[in-house]
Amino acid sequence: MEELQNILDQALQQFAAIGDEAELEQVKAKYLGKEGSLTALLKGLGKLSAEERPAAGARINQVKQSIEAALQQRRDALQQNRLSQKLAAEALDVTLPGRGLGTGGLHPVTRTLERIEQLFHSLGFATASGPEIERDFYNFTALNIPENHPARAMHDTFYIDPQHVLRTHTSPVQIRYMEAHQPPLKIISPGRVYRFDSDATHSPMFHQVEGLWVDEEISFANLKGVVQDFLQRFFEQDDLQVRFRPSFFPFTEPSAEMDMSWNGGWLEIGGCGMVHPNVLKHVNIDSEKYLGFAFGLGVERLAMLRYGVNDLRQFYESDLRFLKQFN
Amino acid sequence: MKFSENWLRTWVNPEMPSEALGHLLTMAGLEVEALEAVAPAFNNVVVAEVLEVVKHPNADRLNVCQVNVGEAQPLTIVCGAANVAVGVKVPCARIGALLPPNSENEKGFAIKQAKVRNVESFGMLCSAKELGLAEESQGLWLLPSDAPVGKTLREYLELDDKLFTLKLTPNRSDCSGMLGIAREVAALTGSALKPLDLQIQPVILSEQLPVHVADAQACPLYCGRLVRGVNAAAPTPAWMLRRLERSGLRGISAVVDITNYVMLEMGQPLHAFDLAQLTGGITVRRARNGEALTLLNEQAVKLDEEVLVIADDARVLALAGIMGGQGSGVETTTQDVFVESAFFHPDAIAGKARRFGLATDSSFRFERGVDFAATRQALERATQLLLEICGGSAGAISEVRNQLPERVAITLRRSRVARVLGIALDNIQIADLLTRLQFEFTANSPLPNPLPQAGEGANVKGDVDFCVTPPSFRFDLSIEADLIEELARLHGYDNIPALAPQAALTILPYSELQRPLARIQQMLVARGYQEIVSYAFVDEQVERELCGNDKAVALQNPIASNLAVMRSSLIGGLVGALRFNLNRNQARVRLFEAGACFARVNDEYVQSQRLSGLAYGATQPEQWGTAAKPVDFYDVKADVEALFAPQVLRFVAAVHPALHPGRSAQIFCGGQMIGWIGELHPQWQQQYDMVQAAVWFEVELGALLQTAVPRMSEIAKFLPVRRDLAVLVDEAVTLQTLLDAMQQADVPYVQEIALFDVYRGKGVEQGKKSLAFRVLLQDTKKTLTDSEIESSIALLVDVMQQHGAQMRM
Repeated sequence: MEELQNILDQALQQFAAIGDEAELEQVKAKYLGKEGSLTALLKGLGKLSAEERPAAGARINQVKQSIEAALQQRRDALQQNRLSQKLAAEALDVTLPGRGLGTGGLHPVTRTLERIEQLFHSLGFATASGPEIERDFYNFTALNIPENHPARAMHDTFYIDPQHVLRTHTSPVQIRYMEAHQPPLKIISPGRVYRFDSDATHSPMFHQVEGLWVDEEISFANLKGVVQDFLQRFFEQDDLQVRFRPSFFPFTEPSAEMDMSWNGGWLEIGGCGMVHPNVLKHVNIDSEKYLGFAFGLGVERLAMLRYGVNDLRQFYESDLRFLKQFN
Repeated sequence: MKFSENWLRTWVNPEMPSEALGHLLTMAGLEVEALEAVAPAFNNVVVAEVLEVVKHPNADRLNVCQVNVGEAQPLTIVCGAANVAVGVKVPCARIGALLPPNSENEKGFAIKQAKVRNVESFGMLCSAKELGLAEESQGLWLLPSDAPVGKTLREYLELDDKLFTLKLTPNRSDCSGMLGIAREVAALTGSALKPLDLQIQPVILSEQLPVHVADAQACPLYCGRLVRGVNAAAPTPAWMLRRLERSGLRGISAVVDITNYVMLEMGQPLHAFDLAQLTGGITVRRARNGEALTLLNEQAVKLDEEVLVIADDARVLALAGIMGGQGSGVETTTQDVFVESAFFHPDAIAGKARRFGLATDSSFRFERGVDFAATRQALERATQLLLEICGGSAGAISEVRNQLPERVAITLRRSRVARVLGIALDNIQIADLLTRLQFEFTANSPLPNPLPQAGEGANVKGDVDFCVTPPSFRFDLSIEADLIEELARLHGYDNIPALAPQAALTILPYSELQRPLARIQQMLVARGYQEIVSYAFVDEQVERELCGNDKAVALQNPIASNLAVMRSSLIGGLVGALRFNLNRNQARVRLFEAGACFARVNDEYVQSQRLSGLAYGATQPEQWGTAAKPVDFYDVKADVEALFAPQVLRFVAAVHPALHPGRSAQIFCGGQMIGWIGELHPQWQQQYDMVQAAVWFEVELGALLQTAVPRMSEIAKFLPVRRDLAVLVDEAVTLQTLLDAMQQADVPYVQEIALFDVYRGKGVEQGKKSLAFRVLLQDTKKTLTDSEIESSIALLVDVMQQHGAQMRM
């Protein structure tokens, strides 16, 4: 009895003192191995009488189980310990920067155009496009601007040859689209346009978005409604004021300039009007049956206001220090 | 059109401040570009006469003056100006005056009684600069000798006035004269319009100059008259000069000033000839080919039959409606004049001035349209002023009148007004607006006469149709829509509500066979590329050098010589942007642009949308734990392949002027050549000061965006078997050759052959390379046996051996 208790005490003591898993397994053999002290006691059971044997065997087995449990416990502890040490050793400085390619970004004009397109798409406007080297006919004549019309002088045109110009506005897309499609029509046409002009507020190349809606009952009041709605959504300002001022474009009648309230004043952001009956006539649309409105917005102007850009020329300098601000 | 507000108010004087009037005009379509005071605020400045000038006892440069300011006692004023002298009339700021701020006095300058070196001074004699009326002044402002002593300068020079500058749209030529603007203001405000004070002068001379109009279409109305015995050297009255100057015209001489004045007043350009310089009568005709004329601005122009001229029996005198010629105009010695007032048809003048690089006040008006009902009146008005100012006696008016533009009546339907504008103006409102605009009209239903005031009286029910005849001064009204705009304008665009349209709702088509460009752009952004937008016109040299293009589409009128041709590729803009950023110490630059490129093919302009990118510097941004590796061909090739996936591209070595001849390729997609990729040629790299090679690609956007709708196929139940093959081949053998050969052999069970290693060096002899392939074999129906696998591999080996490959063990 006493011997058993001694073995157990000794084993527990020894296990607790061991800090190494391999050593633990060696020490285990000292008790439970072939030559182990407990094994020896078990072997010695045979020498006992049949009456004594079960009780002695049970006692030895109990001690054996205790030793095995203690052993397992110690094993687990050591393993846990080892894992903790490993994890501690593997710890990273999580504040070091991540590695990789890095990302680029979209040009602010593209960003603005995407926003414009999405807003108009939500109202069912499709996107149409047209050539940038445009026939004089589409850029002017079909838009009710005959040769020698003073309105041509408003356009500071780049000429390629007598019949071709760099389009001065996106309005020719109206004509091309109406030639190919029957009303009702609802399109926007974003794109590059060109004017012979260059300073802090004028670039020889810039972007416009043309809008056109032709249907049986489309009025000037609707034009005001759509443009105002768009600008309020674009700038995310429900109280943004939009002002329409009479103006003149040969391809719209009535015509208007669109101004937007900004910093206590008004800023011009584009032209618009009801599609001129002569323009509809050119494309064989019955102007008695159908009415339409058209508008043209300056994309850079919108981008400048939205993002606080103060010099138009920065859009085209490709300075990464400028461009990366819009990523 | 620039004019003095005081002048306008002599015609129509609405009770509203200048700013409100300006806003009203702007909101009526006559945009006020500028509204500025003629003079800054100052007070207590009067016209003074210097009576006595005595040297200051204590200062060399100062004088003590006795100055008459219109009171019993002269004032003693110390003055330092060099041009002070007895008898001059100058502005005098009296005690209590506050002078405007200027560059030296930011807060303005208050005049007080002061001791100047022990002499009391009771005011200050002023220069124009001190009064804020000139940027620089030399000494005192010497006023005309007839300036009334004691009168305030503001009153004397009418300085309490404002200048309006209108940005006139081409349709509103009627507002290029004061009368027209006044008419507009009267219509907008309801204020009374004062009629033109026209006194018909008695005809003294029976003499008339014969006038012949050879082109009646171009000149439907010509009026002219002789005035003899004028004093062309007479001074232009100050009031006239002031109005001219406030409209931006310089005074020239009395006769010319009068013609200009009438033009500003009535919108009718006039011209005066010196009778002594004329031979015979006046003819209005087309120029003959080869005729020449030296214009008043000394420009010599060659004429042809397109150009309408005024000629006498001997020569061409003037470009009709544009500018007079030298040698026939009025000089100060002129005694007899012939004054012309004509109506030239806009079609005859439009574009002609621009042809000669001219833009004159006269052509501006004629090409937009001048009131043909006022042609003769304007001549009478000029005569009146001429006789008043220069004296003389007038001859009878020679008038040649032909078919004037017709004013066709336009039907204006109330129902249409409502449809176009989206608001219901009632019949009375429409009639009232038309009346205010001075448009003659009839209605198909009787309207009350006079019209009731707004909100008063019974309305006329139903939709009335009006029949409106546009007035002679409006050239922009020919269809119903034009009249609707007039109604809307006068009613106020602000008074039309902003309404959401009502329409049938349908969903837009959205093809899955086309990828949106935005998605491609996002892929490039995710791969580290920054988008740029560059000009579509580039330097011709760039096109020639980088694109080998000596037939670039050229602009007839480039804005700068380095922006003279249309780009045929996006490379120029990208390389330019790279250089710009390298000069700003950017070490790693990845750029892309999407846009049109231009070429001329068989008299047609081909405009292809492309996407192009350029990578320079390390493959990755400088960072810890990764060795920096300069970007190379294959890095960018991977980018291009990723953009096109799942479409498979082929790359064929080819030579491009911008690219390294051994490191460039054409890109094929579905058998079509759709782009280029390559390293920038070392020659350009050196020329552009680049320390590393830049890798560039450009592809057709159409090919890039097209895609197919995916169809699922069954996933094979049996896993593929992998076998690796390593071969030695000559350097000259391209990978594509081997891949194509193996592909074409159509070996059973082969699902995929991919290169996974290229090795040169130890163990591989010079001039050869080792290629290692991964081959995946699979049968959809069963597990492959070893012998099936081996025989397939043997077939592949055989194919490669036919191309000189040796197997490596």
